[in-house]
Amino acid sequence: MADRLGTEGMVVILGTPNAESSRLYGLTVTEGDPSWAGVLAGANLNLPVYHITEPEIKAQIDPGIYEDQVGLTEIVLDTDEIREALSHVRKGDA
Amino acid sequence: MDLKNKKIIALGERDGVPGSAISLCVRSAGAEVVLDVTHCFV
Repeated sequence: MADRLGTEGMVVILGTPNAESSRLYGLTVTEGDPSWAGVLAGANLNLPVYHITEPEIKAQIDPGIYEDQVGLTEIVLDTDEIREALSHVRKGDA
Repeated sequence: MDLKNKKIIALGERDGVPGSAISLCVRSAGAEVVLDVTHCFV
């Protein structure tokens, strides 16, 4: 996808259920697959990556649509841990 | 991160938020979805 369209203006938005899966997805689309098992091993895409529940993303979404699509799930997710995990990924110290 | 006019890769998970739900949300913020997937690890 990144090869075909280029990474300019591309952003990854995750719907992962916990901090660890968020960190793994996040590392994969920034530094490359941390397990070195998949096709993105060593691929430094450096794509910006956020979770759909992060406040700066949520604030841009139509509130009614967000409530319908994410509201119930958000209640059971540890959004603070997810936000912290992705913050470390973006800073490069995950 | 301003989502307006951005190209979004929506990586959803069945145990979290599905890709289709992410797509609907980010389109309402003025973004274009270029990939929308929902993974299931069960």
